Amino acid sequence: MNGTDVKPSVAPGLRLGGVSFVWRPWLVLVTLLLAAVTFLVFCLSIGVGDFPIGLPRVLATILGRGEQVDEFVIMDLRMPRALAGVVVGIALGVSGAITQSVARNPLASPDILGITGGAGATAVFLVTASGGTAAAIVDSVGVSAAALVGGLGTGLLVYFLAWRRGIDGFRLILIGISVSAVTEAITTWLLATADIRDVARSQAWLVGSLDNRSWSEVQVALWGTLVLLAVVACVSFQFKPMHLGDDVAAGLGVRHSAVRAALLLCAVLLAGVAVSAAGPVPFVALVAPQAAMRLTRSPTPPIPASGVVGALLLTGSDLLARTALPVGLPVGVVTAAIGGPFLVHLLVRANRR
Amino acid sequence: MVAQSITGVETGTDTAARLAARGVTVGYGARTVIEDLDVAIPPGVITTIIGPNGCGKSTLLRTLARLLKPAGGTVVLDGEDIAGLRTRDVAKKLGLLPQAPVAPEGLTVSDLVARGRHPHQSWLRQWSSDDAAVVERALAMTGVSDLAGRAVDTLSGGQRQRVWISMTLAQGTDLLLLDEPTTYLDLAHAIDVLDLVSDLQGSGCTVVMVLHDLNLAVRYSDHLVVMRSGSILAQGHPSDVITAELLHAAFGLRARVIDDPVGDRPLIVPIGRTHVQLD
Repeated sequence: MNGTDVKPSVAPGLRLGGVSFVWRPWLVLVTLLLAAVTFLVFCLSIGVGDFPIGLPRVLATILGRGEQVDEFVIMDLRMPRALAGVVVGIALGVSGAITQSVARNPLASPDILGITGGAGATAVFLVTASGGTAAAIVDSVGVSAAALVGGLGTGLLVYFLAWRRGIDGFRLILIGISVSAVTEAITTWLLATADIRDVARSQAWLVGSLDNRSWSEVQVALWGTLVLLAVVACVSFQFKPMHLGDDVAAGLGVRHSAVRAALLLCAVLLAGVAVSAAGPVPFVALVAPQAAMRLTRSPTPPIPASGVVGALLLTGSDLLARTALPVGLPVGVVTAAIGGPFLVHLLVRANRR
Repeated sequence: MVAQSITGVETGTDTAARLAARGVTVGYGARTVIEDLDVAIPPGVITTIIGPNGCGKSTLLRTLARLLKPAGGTVVLDGEDIAGLRTRDVAKKLGLLPQAPVAPEGLTVSDLVARGRHPHQSWLRQWSSDDAAVVERALAMTGVSDLAGRAVDTLSGGQRQRVWISMTLAQGTDLLLLDEPTTYLDLAHAIDVLDLVSDLQGSGCTVVMVLHDLNLAVRYSDHLVVMRSGSILAQGHPSDVITAELLHAAFGLRARVIDDPVGDRPLIVPIGRTHVQLD
């Protein structure tokens, strides 16, 4: 059979030996363009600070041909923060794309599935609790790691509560919202009764920030994200027919319950990695997949593009927070300021249809 | 033959049933819907399962398609227990169109039909030249080639159902299970879809479907399976099966069965309480 005379109505293929993929030029072009813009913002973000460094010198240093002073400032001081922004953005974007695809609902995101709320409540509990075991936990593993465990625990709780002969999107979201409400109530109660200095420390954590990241923290997030992305890449092929519903997917030979469970677990872990690295940065996971869908003109959230848009959103928000605004704001405030209106835009559009 | 021209594979001329249920008991949780049921699907013809609401016809079809796991008994596909086969291997033999499927907003017709190739693809081989050729033919065979670039959600109900059948065809199986393919369609579109199903049978497919409309089932089926309360009341050619007595026993419906003025099958004329003049 000859594949070269295929009419343009069917998507063309890209073939190399036994390997073949559907060739979608627009999707690839937009994703690469977004990645290029993200890299540019990443470099600009590294250049900004008390000791400004121009773009050419940033590039030279990243390529290992910079001067020694630049090398110290960039690689030792600024790279962890910039890299954390990219890694957390990718993790949140991909996590959101998976959650929205699995739930077949654009409003699903790790924020709604209890991960963020659980992590926040755990962190605030540890910060506000005085002495005893709480202090011991903070001393030994740190607030971020403990919050990660709290977030993952809450995410898994939501998953198991939503399980009834399989996972139904609406049930998952409703239970996620309910559990999140409980964790938020706990957080509010803790803050209302806590010492005012602890409240300030808690708020700084709750808002999500890229300040004062260390190489060791970034490395954990980086490797965790890379491993999870590899798993997602392997499983996502089996996921393609699941956008058509469980019955159609089953008819096409997909074990949908297993695929869904594996992907949701990846989404929960990715969101957990992001929360442990930067705190609960709001709205990125919700907005990135929806923006990526519209930019790439895809009917479903495209996973790679969602990750890139997440990285761009977080890196760009961080740059904006540190340059355009008079006071240095934590990045979470800016992502919420951009994400909130976008969510409203989505809802208004959906209502008018 | 459809199956052959789609897959390029010769199919055997085995006259034995390729798909059969043997003593199956199926239910949801504690509620049993079908109990100890036997049925064999004759090859190369259209078999339609009919029966009153809640009699278990969709449950039977979903069990035959391995979407539901029977609590007892087995479903046999080409001589093997379907529960012991890899779901991917089953998908290469048996195509399924569930009731009222929904495509994501904006998904194009050609992309939807292309998903039908999934059982034949792998991570590294996601879109071969064979896939493209089979999808082209599936689009042409269902008369939707001109719609290939359109979004599925912008089509009319009849067109949309043709597209879904096209996706099932792209799967390259000669065994098709259709769960109420005419749901939500007006009569003209229902006839259009059933004519297409008839064409597919004419080119070598074995079709099993569930239909609500009795006269359409009688007109378009070669084999009827009449169910009531989870068991089979009667089965056979419509001309042999459909009688006023059977309709009363199965549906509690008073009706007269007459000769179809435009066909060689019986025609069911229901008798309600009003606007009826009986001699």
